[in-house]
Amino acid sequence: MTSISPPRPLLLAAVLALAFFPLAAPTFYLQLGAKIMILAIFALSLDLLVGHTGMISFGHAAYFGVAAYALALISPQYEAANLWLTLPAAIGVATLAALLVGFFVVRTGGVYFIMVTLAFAQMLYAVFHDTKIAGGSDGIYIYVRPKLTIAGWQPLDLENPAQFYYLALIFLVAVYVFLSRVLEAPFGRALAGIRLNERRMRSIGYPVFAYKLGAFTLAGALAGLAGYLAACQFGFVNPDILAWQQSGIVLMMVILGGMGRLHGAVLGAFFYVLLQEALSAQALLGAYAKHWQLALGGLIVLIVLVLPHGIGGVLEAALRRRSYRRMSRSGEIA
Amino acid sequence: MSVEPILRVRNLRRHFGGLAAVDEVSLEVEAGALHAVIGPNGAGKTTLIHLLAGDLAASGGAIFYGGRDVTGWTPERRSRLGIGRTYQRTNIFFAFTALENCRLAAQSRAPRPFHWWRAAASNEADLIRARRALDAAGLAPRADAIALTLSHGEQRQLEIAMCLATEPRLLLLDEPLAGMGAEESKAMIDLIARLAETHAVLLVEHDMDAVFQLAKVLTVMANGKVLAAGAPEAIRANREVQTAYLGALEDAP
Amino acid sequence: MFYLIQLLNAVQYGLLLFLLSSGLTLIFGIMGVINLAHGSFYMIGAYLAYWLARLTGNFWLAIPLAIAIAFAIGLALETALIRRLYRRDHLYQVLLTFGLILVFEELRSIFFGDEVHGVATPAALDFSIPLTDTLSYPVYRLFVTAVCVAVAALLYWVIYRTRLGMMIRAGNSNREMAASLGINVPLLFTGVFAAGMALAALAGAVAAPISSVFPGMGNQILIVCFVVVVIGGIGSIHGALLASLAIGFADTLGKVIAAEYSAIAVYLVMALILLWRPQGIGNQA
Repeated sequence: MTSISPPRPLLLAAVLALAFFPLAAPTFYLQLGAKIMILAIFALSLDLLVGHTGMISFGHAAYFGVAAYALALISPQYEAANLWLTLPAAIGVATLAALLVGFFVVRTGGVYFIMVTLAFAQMLYAVFHDTKIAGGSDGIYIYVRPKLTIAGWQPLDLENPAQFYYLALIFLVAVYVFLSRVLEAPFGRALAGIRLNERRMRSIGYPVFAYKLGAFTLAGALAGLAGYLAACQFGFVNPDILAWQQSGIVLMMVILGGMGRLHGAVLGAFFYVLLQEALSAQALLGAYAKHWQLALGGLIVLIVLVLPHGIGGVLEAALRRRSYRRMSRSGEIA
Repeated sequence: MSVEPILRVRNLRRHFGGLAAVDEVSLEVEAGALHAVIGPNGAGKTTLIHLLAGDLAASGGAIFYGGRDVTGWTPERRSRLGIGRTYQRTNIFFAFTALENCRLAAQSRAPRPFHWWRAAASNEADLIRARRALDAAGLAPRADAIALTLSHGEQRQLEIAMCLATEPRLLLLDEPLAGMGAEESKAMIDLIARLAETHAVLLVEHDMDAVFQLAKVLTVMANGKVLAAGAPEAIRANREVQTAYLGALEDAP
Repeated sequence: MFYLIQLLNAVQYGLLLFLLSSGLTLIFGIMGVINLAHGSFYMIGAYLAYWLARLTGNFWLAIPLAIAIAFAIGLALETALIRRLYRRDHLYQVLLTFGLILVFEELRSIFFGDEVHGVATPAALDFSIPLTDTLSYPVYRLFVTAVCVAVAALLYWVIYRTRLGMMIRAGNSNREMAASLGINVPLLFTGVFAAGMALAALAGAVAAPISSVFPGMGNQILIVCFVVVVIGGIGSIHGALLASLAIGFADTLGKVIAAEYSAIAVYLVMALILLWRPQGIGNQA
């Protein structure tokens, strides 16, 4: 089997690099870094569904947004909320939402699934946008970030950019490790089988609906984690966080980096944020910078046509060519 | 005092619009006595297998497995009960190795969906079942080959191996010899003969050599109905069958 | 009487949805492509109608021009991009057409800005029919309904009563067989796609005086069209008609009962249908 994940030393080196980054970087880059890592968690959660189980959800932002709103609604107005209370609560809400929606949508497949996931996400968007439940289109501010204390001691002050960065890094590593375990576990192997051949999986005794619902719910829970962190960082939640554009963008991140590979999702988030920064930089493009989505759209079209395996695929191909050349030079291949 | 046959089908029906693809079919299958279903193309044989496996819902009639009414059951429930089936068109996991195909099938017996800390590939019980199934199908030397790279005959063997890895009591085999050459066919026939000794086997086949070598009971279908059923010699002599099947039986040994 | 007005509104909205959804469901049923940019053409039609009406001062000229331009854009789009998607996984179709939506939205923003623009109802139809002493109904809305019915009838006639329609239906059920019968499948597909886009543009142009033109109008209605296609079943025109009317009623009823929650009503209907018949009303299990 071809190597699906980068070699351990490389991963470790990457984590170390990320860990030492704050020592040298100015605040702006710390915030950017945290943003990238949070979106990476979001992309990882979708990759579980799309890349690994073959379920193309076009409404994943719903669970991202629901958790963000949960934090905004539970948080006291001018005080710090308790992370130990609000984080599980937000993830719980996202999980419940995914379970409920999943119950309806997982019974469909193919294009129907794409459309109904979008529709349910839009329903949630309508709830938050049209009703007064959560501030309508004006949104809600989170003036103070949650507090993380263990018996009176505060290991990380989330208001501090470097320490918030570390929180994001810890969660990213935790989610990455968790997902790599899950993918190799019986559940993950069953999902891989479902992606290849649902019908056969049923005929050898797997309750496919239950497995898919499980994947959908788990993905929703992890998206909720990302949404919570995003709300913490940004300090403001409005219905756009659930909008279908957001669902499209996270889907694009998964493809951009290379679908079906965990590191691909992380790469995708990284490249997307860089792209967004570059395209919307006023310094580069002046007045047209506010229309950066034009270039983004064009790029998406190009990537689909030219680079179906994303940037991760290009890197992998390059690495394979290098190792092939090395092997042929050393005589391993005739 | 008769033992309840492992599979008992009573007046099974399936309509598609106005067409009756399977029309009042009844039959029984017991362990140790391979039951073959033959008939011209379009007779409804594959539809019958789909109905028995649960891929299609019946329009009427009943299916009993080990005495239990499984008529409305989903395919996965039937599989867990001990009904295994193979497909006419090879339906394996082409991207996985032969071993992984069988291991995944074996895993279904002890699913462990919430065990997230140990790799599935390390589970000894699943691996033993998988290797046993590969051995029985004669695929042990090819365990680590990617299924896509196997020859057609080997893929058909893997079809059966996957099924065996789920440790079924009843085997529903849909044209296992499809597309096979003489050598491969012989190996497959031997395999099925061995399986027929310990399992209940329902075999749908076009290859008359194989059918008359293996079957202890025959059912002939045409236009969705049962034309004749009984011991192979009786079927061979049956006038109606000869008319419907025109010469196919005369070529058989 | 109040209910008569709501009924008329529901029918008008439902038929407009049908106009849009029929293109969507046909393109998916025939070519197997899920096209998110369908909503963008609704927007293109509306904005073109707005712009051309102001340019020429004549609404009746603007509509056919808008349709023609949209048709041309559809042709260009199909030959340049869409035809590369036919064999590909739905995921890539979704992504590419999502990229197109972003492009169209930004182009709209560059050329027309981000404000809401009203479109003047053409003078000839700018009056209302009195229903009671106090209530009246805008004739233009009746006109829109009439246009939708006419186009639907035309569509039905083309698909079920002409050779072209037969070719379309043949291409729908079996592409290779249709090709071997001498049908120029690529040309057929290009034509069907461009026609679908022209239909969407027509819907947008004709609806513009009622809804005004505003950012995101295409995407908003696209999602409702998805609901229609899910409920009605992919590829089924009958299903699309039934579902469009059902949605039209659900939406209007929702607005009457609880304005804030009316948008949700539509999705609730979809959820119920999903439980009952996941393959859609118009399709077999």
